[in-house]
Amino acid sequence: MKIQAKPLPPVQLPELRQVGKPVRRVDAMGKAVGTTRYAADMFMPNMLHTKVFRSRVPFARIRHLDVSKAASLPGVVCVLTAADLPTSVLVTDMPGQTGQQRRKGSDAHVLASDVVRFVGDPIALVAAETLAIAEQALELIEIDYEELPAVFDPLEAMKPGAPVIAAPDNIVARWKMRKGCTKTGMEAADLIVENTFNVPFVDHAYLEPEAGLAWLDDRDVLNIRVCTQVVEHFRSIALALGIPHNKLHIQGTMVGGGFGGKEDITVEIFIGLLALKTRRPVLMEYTREESIQAHSKRHPFVITHRTGVTYDGRITAAEIKMVANSGAYVYLSPYVLLYATGAATGPYRIDNVLIESVAVATNNPFTSAFRGFGVPQAAAAHEQQMDEIAKRLNMDPYELRVKNFLKTGDYSANQKITTAAWLEETASRVVEALGDKTPAQGPIKVGQGFASYMQSYGRITWFHDTSQAWVGLEMDGTVVVRSGIPDLGAGQISAVCQIASEVLGVPMENVVVYNTDSALTPLSGTTTATRQLYMSGNAVYMAANTVRGVLLDRASKHFEEPVENLDIANSCVFVKSESDQWISLPELAAKCAAEGMHLANLALFKAPFTSPIDPETGQGQIWPDFTFGAHGVEVAVDTETGEITLLKSVACHDVGRAVNPAAVEGQIEGGAVQGLGYALMEDVIVENGIIKTPSLSEYLIPTAVDVPKTKVIILESGTGLGPFGAKGIGEPSLTPAAPAVANAVANAIGARIYSLPLTPEKVLEAVARAKDPQDNATQ
Amino acid sequence: MEMKLITLKVNGRKHQLALPPNITLLRVLREHLNYVDVKNGCEKGDCGACTVLVNGKAVNSCLMLAWQADGADILTDTGLGTSQNPHPIQSAFAEAGAAQCGYCTPGMIMAAKALLDVNPHPNEAVIREAISGNLCRCTGYGQIVRAIQMAADRMEAEKAAPGGEA
Repeated sequence: MKIQAKPLPPVQLPELRQVGKPVRRVDAMGKAVGTTRYAADMFMPNMLHTKVFRSRVPFARIRHLDVSKAASLPGVVCVLTAADLPTSVLVTDMPGQTGQQRRKGSDAHVLASDVVRFVGDPIALVAAETLAIAEQALELIEIDYEELPAVFDPLEAMKPGAPVIAAPDNIVARWKMRKGCTKTGMEAADLIVENTFNVPFVDHAYLEPEAGLAWLDDRDVLNIRVCTQVVEHFRSIALALGIPHNKLHIQGTMVGGGFGGKEDITVEIFIGLLALKTRRPVLMEYTREESIQAHSKRHPFVITHRTGVTYDGRITAAEIKMVANSGAYVYLSPYVLLYATGAATGPYRIDNVLIESVAVATNNPFTSAFRGFGVPQAAAAHEQQMDEIAKRLNMDPYELRVKNFLKTGDYSANQKITTAAWLEETASRVVEALGDKTPAQGPIKVGQGFASYMQSYGRITWFHDTSQAWVGLEMDGTVVVRSGIPDLGAGQISAVCQIASEVLGVPMENVVVYNTDSALTPLSGTTTATRQLYMSGNAVYMAANTVRGVLLDRASKHFEEPVENLDIANSCVFVKSESDQWISLPELAAKCAAEGMHLANLALFKAPFTSPIDPETGQGQIWPDFTFGAHGVEVAVDTETGEITLLKSVACHDVGRAVNPAAVEGQIEGGAVQGLGYALMEDVIVENGIIKTPSLSEYLIPTAVDVPKTKVIILESGTGLGPFGAKGIGEPSLTPAAPAVANAVANAIGARIYSLPLTPEKVLEAVARAKDPQDNATQ
Repeated sequence: MEMKLITLKVNGRKHQLALPPNITLLRVLREHLNYVDVKNGCEKGDCGACTVLVNGKAVNSCLMLAWQADGADILTDTGLGTSQNPHPIQSAFAEAGAAQCGYCTPGMIMAAKALLDVNPHPNEAVIREAISGNLCRCTGYGQIVRAIQMAADRMEAEKAAPGGEA
């Protein structure tokens, strides 16, 4: 079926001076010439090196722990166990919530005192004069375990009588969304399609392993320089260390990739404890293996869709069950599960819905945030289900989707869609760009597939999320922005620099952003949930706009012209109609200063504040807004070897407004390739609680030769809640890529593979199944 | 452990150090000589973040013992240029959006330098092959490939310009 790009509705986007231009990011040159200093790149005089002693068994009671030999090794300065800690409370619940109670049962231990629950659970800390001595000391720690019966499969862990990892029943979260009546909806259907989809553990595999440096200064303030997505953890870190909030100073570094893996606390408490104990600077750097063992994973899910549909392709009801593997500790599982639940029905209008989801504790690595936060798992299921429904109806998958796409004003599973929902606009462009199928050759079959999605940006609205930014004009006409934003490499800092530059009419090189500091920059919230451009972009916009107002007021007096006739550009305020009437910002700043006018502003941007949803129906607002888009791929599948080659990759998203189109393109392509890896190769294999893919030799992520160039189509509806109508794109870019590949492979070989990743073994099994029509009945 | 006095010439600067046989070039560069632009991503040759040029050849410095580099000329990213005077590959990386988190960037740039030194006109497939030992988790590689193409074009134009090498 030939699909042509759906014409776009008329959009009026104002022409701006800085915003909308593909500028060089302000952090780019430092990174290119190697002068950016990451968390492991700073050393201090008299610094100690550290290691963490971790559990080697998945579930056990610690019978006996003896660190005396390690402590007496020459060069070892300190060994800490749970017995030495002021409190061993590790907050794992959602960070940065003001006025919210921590979820019951969500706290974990900093160091295990009696029970370990996964391979990698921290037990003791060592600080030594050299790294080699610290490593040697780990070997001298004596531990005796009483191993307990463990459970690794969430379906087993839910059964009565299963080993209990999280009291009382291993269920760490449960959500329900219900609307209409699925019984009636199913009765109205001509066909009911049921399928179960599986997705694996995935590692973030950022290039920078976790690291941090901690030291006490002359005021006894504990400083921690660390790569983190969340400086607001300082409150939880202070709690664990037993020190006041104002005696802890988190200095966030440029982060060498986060993707959610540096959203939870990593090394901060460990190095804080060791610095407090030894009164010396301490550095902790995880090896790659320790990084993979110590941080969270993306949740594996088992998702069952039962969909009622009429012969003409209208979905009448959806019943969806989701089981997420939470691993050994709660962390952000309840929220990841909520995101997956809200996204379970995908970007489709379905009036009769019943979704029941559960997250279950097991003796596996814990799972938490990962780019997409449950939505990639949900999309992997709903988009494969759509293609399976289309196949059963003998209908084109595009046509089926178009019949069911949400429109602005419709309701998703829980809430109203209030901004542009450019689903047909994005999907049609992806399908059009894929073009004609490359011809198959003998055993090499070719397939095309695509996937649509919707994904929220901004945090859960009952968190009452805020962001602060301070903007000031210096006497020489340069601009300072202070905001706590952590920059993970997506261009968070550069984007707000561009916004300040736009509003204050100064070139970007005249703006410096000071960021990611819990004490010296106003807190701006987490770099998670695709929220920084939306939240801090708005905060910077507000603060800069207030300063702009002061400048224009003073200039209005100076020129004896109303403010509406004035503008700021090239560091001058000028009268729009008269080219010779202008005053430079330094001159104007001098006038303002002489009259005591305030050339700085601290702004607080608030997201929509709502109350929690009804727990029985799940109805109500959960997210501020959504990004919509699609991804398409063409694959060649070798039916003799099972090998899949990506031939084409196309992404199209409505980003609202692209503040920096070059950076947006980079986000989209980067997210897409993570999604392609999810489809084709990424799999943290865990057997009996032990990770069998412990390093980047076994845990494979895409290299430059594994993926083609992704063609990126950026649409701008201008309807987003961010500055200048921007929506978020960080997480959304990943979400549709994996199901697009799965659909393309099914299209190529004529059979569905129900679990990711699509390994050659699974391809060959599916090819064999496709040859046998009896076996190829719907699962 | 036996120590040996070795000489490393790094970015044109000569260093003499007494080192044991089991320390890698990566650790010496970072911890002894503080060339922290050389990144440690895995310490087993999987990720390429520690790529440097040793006598013009790209190597994973985590897989080379410091003793093996005795007397060698070593070039790291910071030896290639500065923000005021960047190498064409560095400025192309900055302009093309090839650096997102930036952690793979110094190694990636050295891999690109090694390629362009021997093949000034690589096509896309050759570029992708040349950087296939350098993992990037942020960009999806497209803007890195474009940066290397851009650098190749500029370096060619510089050579062709009056006063250039040609």
